Amino acid sequence: MLIKKPDDIRPSEILDQKIYLTRREFILNAAGATAAAALIPALLASHGAYAGAKLAGLRKGPFGTSEELTPYEDVTHYNNFYEFGTEKEQPAIMAKNFRTKPWTVTVEGEINKPAVYQLEDFIKPHTLEERIYRLRCVEAWSMVIPWVGIPLADIIKRFEPTSKAKYVEFTTLHDPVQMPGQRRAILKWPYVEGLRIDEAMHPLTILAVGLYGETLPNQNGAPLRLVVPWKYGFKNIKSIVKIRFLEKPPVTAWMTAGPAEYGFYANVNPDVDHPRWSQSRERRIGEFFKRKTLMFNGYAEQVAHLYAHMDLNKYF
Amino acid sequence: MTQTEWVQRVIKPVIFLMCLIPLALLVWDALNNHLGANPIEKVTRRTGDWTLRFLLITLAITPARRLSGWNGLMRLRRMLGLFAFFYACLHFIIYIGIDQSLDMTEIIKDVIKHKYVTVGFASFLLLIPLAATSTNAMMKRLGGRRWQQLHKSVYAIAIGGVIHYLWLVKADLREPLIYAAILAVLLGYRLWVKQRQALPPNAVRSSIHPSAIRPTK
Repeated sequence: MLIKKPDDIRPSEILDQKIYLTRREFILNAAGATAAAALIPALLASHGAYAGAKLAGLRKGPFGTSEELTPYEDVTHYNNFYEFGTEKEQPAIMAKNFRTKPWTVTVEGEINKPAVYQLEDFIKPHTLEERIYRLRCVEAWSMVIPWVGIPLADIIKRFEPTSKAKYVEFTTLHDPVQMPGQRRAILKWPYVEGLRIDEAMHPLTILAVGLYGETLPNQNGAPLRLVVPWKYGFKNIKSIVKIRFLEKPPVTAWMTAGPAEYGFYANVNPDVDHPRWSQSRERRIGEFFKRKTLMFNGYAEQVAHLYAHMDLNKYF
Repeated sequence: MTQTEWVQRVIKPVIFLMCLIPLALLVWDALNNHLGANPIEKVTRRTGDWTLRFLLITLAITPARRLSGWNGLMRLRRMLGLFAFFYACLHFIIYIGIDQSLDMTEIIKDVIKHKYVTVGFASFLLLIPLAATSTNAMMKRLGGRRWQQLHKSVYAIAIGGVIHYLWLVKADLREPLIYAAILAVLLGYRLWVKQRQALPPNAVRSSIHPSAIRPTK
């Protein structure tokens, strides 16, 4: 007997049918977008403050969801960014004058091409894509956000990782003058996050430079942040200044803060509770009642194989 | 107007209205869309905050009376305690009705599994008999001594409330620690008073070494 269980993810999420039906145009558009991407640095340069500028020539990326987007106002005024205060409303206020230009990104470790990049040069070779992802915070709330970014895999390939590069470590800017939250030891500063190399190379993983078609607002992690949609929000490190390739797993800021509560993987998992609260349900911002949390935040089909044969209770 | 009348007719109604301000602000913010992206969380937090605040204000009445010598304060204590219960009820209803959508199995699981919920839940349950026995008639029925015994559980409730808050915070413990510090002062004061009362009346004199007392002859 064939028992067919309906998928939690509609097929339409995997590739927008509209794109599929107009795929030839789509490819042409993508080519146009590549050309347009070349204009972005000029656009950025003309804009004194980095945040809020329209990003031209976006291409619609895969894995989209047809779920309702969380309003821009909520995405930009309900933030966990402890560098700018621990209250959700604080980052929008405290990060107002944060300088994201000039910005350099240091790439080092187990790679053939270590370098220090100006942000513009870091992004320039790539086409920006729109990726509509669910974001699930470890505090049991969630959003749907149209990010603008670049697949991390495409960026990593440029650095030519060696065979020793088994993990990637990301570091946020450390600047207590600009980031008042860093003046107190709430977390061990600077904020550090990490991924296994296969997680970093996964097509879902992106480095975001914008949302809602515009450059990232400061409170959302401008000018460059990680987005890994099947992991809890805190993995999505903001305002990245360093990417390091390592043989051993890095120790992340939250692992240091609470080793029993925050693991290296931090995959969204409704069956493994946070030691102090339930993870089985979440409140989608804008909704009244809570909804069920999906395994790997609804991306199981894409990522479950990365964790086959792993005890997810142990590797939480 | 005697002092008692003054408290009953003016001070008490004014404070009653003041105690409703947090609720009024909550309703105002809700109507004007000022509760932010996650209004349910905000209402839960604010009603929780005010439960703790009213518990601490209620616990501050006895020391304040002792230090100020103004007995009129005692006439406010019951009302303040009932406001703690009122905000606790709102907090509890949101948890049961909205957060858990009245799903009893989920609620039981949550209360058993997560210790911050356990402590908060227990503290709320312990508040109920105190509210129920707050009337003059109940006070009489129980008798002063038993009533007082029962109402001592408010110390455990306040400690439970602060622990509930401490255990749910992710990393920034500043705010719950402020509540903990105030509670420690309020309970510490009571211990200090009790210890002093436990000493014999001539304890102060007898603590002086006999040799230091000059013979009177």
